[in-house]
Amino acid sequence: MSEGMRYSAGVDVGSTQTKAVILDETGAIVARALTDTGAYLVRAAERAYEQALQSAGVHREQVGYVIGTGYGRFNVAFGDAQVTEIGCHAKGAWSIFPNTRTVIDIGGQDTKAIAVSDRGEVLDFAMNDKCAAGSGRFLTNSAEACGMDVSQMGEKSLTAKNPVRLSTVCTVFVESDILSYMAQGKKIDDILAGVHSAIASRTVALVRRVGSKEEVTFTGGVSRNIGMRQAIEEKLGVKINASGDSHYTGAIGAAVFALERMKAAPAAVA
Amino acid sequence: MTPATTATPTKKPAADAKPAAPAIKYQGTVHELQKQLMSKYYADLTSIAEGGPGRSAQLLIAGNPVEVLRTFDMIPVFPEINALQLAVRKNSLPLIQKAEELGYSTDNCAYVKADIGMWENGGKTPFATIPKPDVLVCNYVGCNVYLNWFEHLAEKVGSPAINIDIPFMRTKDGQPAEGDVEYVVAQLKELVKLLEKVTGMPFDEDKFVKIVERSSRVGQLWSQIRDLTKKRPTPYDAYFDSVTMMAPLYCLRGTEEAVDFFERTLEEMTAKVERGEGALPDGEKFRIVIEGPPPWPFLRVFRDMFSRWGAVAVASTYATVGGIWEFGFHHDPAHPFESVAKHMIEANLCNRSMLQRYDQIWRYAQEWSADALVIHSVKSCRLFSAGQGDMREHFVHDRDLPTLLIESDLEDPRYFSQAQLRNRIDAFFEALEQRRITGGKAA
Repeated sequence: MSEGMRYSAGVDVGSTQTKAVILDETGAIVARALTDTGAYLVRAAERAYEQALQSAGVHREQVGYVIGTGYGRFNVAFGDAQVTEIGCHAKGAWSIFPNTRTVIDIGGQDTKAIAVSDRGEVLDFAMNDKCAAGSGRFLTNSAEACGMDVSQMGEKSLTAKNPVRLSTVCTVFVESDILSYMAQGKKIDDILAGVHSAIASRTVALVRRVGSKEEVTFTGGVSRNIGMRQAIEEKLGVKINASGDSHYTGAIGAAVFALERMKAAPAAVA
Repeated sequence: MTPATTATPTKKPAADAKPAAPAIKYQGTVHELQKQLMSKYYADLTSIAEGGPGRSAQLLIAGNPVEVLRTFDMIPVFPEINALQLAVRKNSLPLIQKAEELGYSTDNCAYVKADIGMWENGGKTPFATIPKPDVLVCNYVGCNVYLNWFEHLAEKVGSPAINIDIPFMRTKDGQPAEGDVEYVVAQLKELVKLLEKVTGMPFDEDKFVKIVERSSRVGQLWSQIRDLTKKRPTPYDAYFDSVTMMAPLYCLRGTEEAVDFFERTLEEMTAKVERGEGALPDGEKFRIVIEGPPPWPFLRVFRDMFSRWGAVAVASTYATVGGIWEFGFHHDPAHPFESVAKHMIEANLCNRSMLQRYDQIWRYAQEWSADALVIHSVKSCRLFSAGQGDMREHFVHDRDLPTLLIESDLEDPRYFSQAQLRNRIDAFFEALEQRRITGGKAA
């Protein structure tokens, strides 16, 4: 880090995890931090931000602008402004993959499809309704019902030969559906592939609502699941972008907004 | 250079994304007058319930034929208005649950359940005791739940019931099909016969014409009031403030009080236009059209979600749920029965085809200069809400009108998720604002 360098930060307080990202003046990511949100949103935001600052070796005074996003965005007590995660995922995906025109974000409780302009602005979006059917939580519950960690399920599903057809995308009822397949002696990989396929169908329906223009970028924690990525690609019929930073996309978007605002109003830190 | 001399980040002024919601306290003459009128209306009903003189009839908002009932001195009672009053006062849930205990499904219309629960409580509410109706008029059977609801009530309260079959709008030119008006007029005359029997009063045609004349006057005043929201800034919110005006429009239409109320409303709103005074204290940033009824249990919270962004409704389809007057329909004293029938068939939002509903919204968007459409879909009313997904697609893709679709319920607080609604509304206006700043255009 250099003495005169100014930084911006984005803190994404999600329903499951809280992410923080710090950018330098050039827009390069200098730190990322991740923590479980838990019950205390203000503390989670503070914890993630502090971790990110430490990992970058940056002092708070050097950060010119902080934007909070996610469900807990108003709990980012040290933030200068809030932007919804819809806006931040669009901006973040566009900053990682500038040709992004459609964003798919599967988070803990929300699944969204966002149409994005060539400047990273939200043109339209569609989300799952109030219930969490087909969201990240659905995957977690399905993995648990299959007796494994959610991080393993993507890889495991790739060997499926005859994916099952789930009768529900309800996050609660999926467990009994899975148990009944297990009782029938179905293979775990076929069940997991069925789980991915069920979510992919639902997600693709949302994507079609906003237009599914290429390139399509997959963001949010679930995008790390290779089985999910492949299932969506198959149903959508196009390759989708997924970055190693996809989990941080909302926080990156927030930090990019923060950087833009910091540069637009330099007087505040001159 | 070190940036250490600057204020600490926590002390920096809060930026634009979380402006405080302007404190909207609309307490104009209209609001006060409406309160007085509705208090008297409910006091009259309570007096009947307590054994005083007078009669009441329970009917539905959609295309309400109050003129016929008023001719027999019957006070029209709308279960939808009772239900929303209960919801606004946070009384709806226990009544809904009472109806569910009787076997009503969780998916059933929550207005129905609140009303059934209210009757289980002997018609007692915090604002009135609703008298047992002398007659039940199911004046809109396009919703089959309505039909079953009134049948259940007839059994429950033991009053005579009549169904009026309103043929759905189905022609390409947007006019009633041949024979429809005559068909409804014939049924209205059957209603007259029933009311003669129930009240023991003979039908007084001159009185009926006078009442229709007053309705005509009210309709004309109301359409002029609706027209004022074409101005910039709009003098009132055509969704959140229109609901204040809708109760007198249905409960009192056909009376002198209603004529007086709408004359004074027009006067007050015209004066606001002349003063350049808008609905929002901090000015209007987004002019929107709203489709669907509000979530009554969270009316204030919901309103603030829009006013926080400087978004104000310049038109709403909900304000036409009991009749559409702004496009030229008016009651006609020269043809009283025919015009009441036409009101029920063609000037009735719930009776319109989906394409007519699209046209209505599009006229609002263009003639009232709206920037966006917000659809509030009702979880417990699939009849009216079905098709709103397509409606969103139509306006976004075919009309280039930014459209937000959100969902909760009009009566059941269990369907309202504040964080999720706020998130969608914030994202929508955030994107509109961003595009306005950068000059970007909707897809």
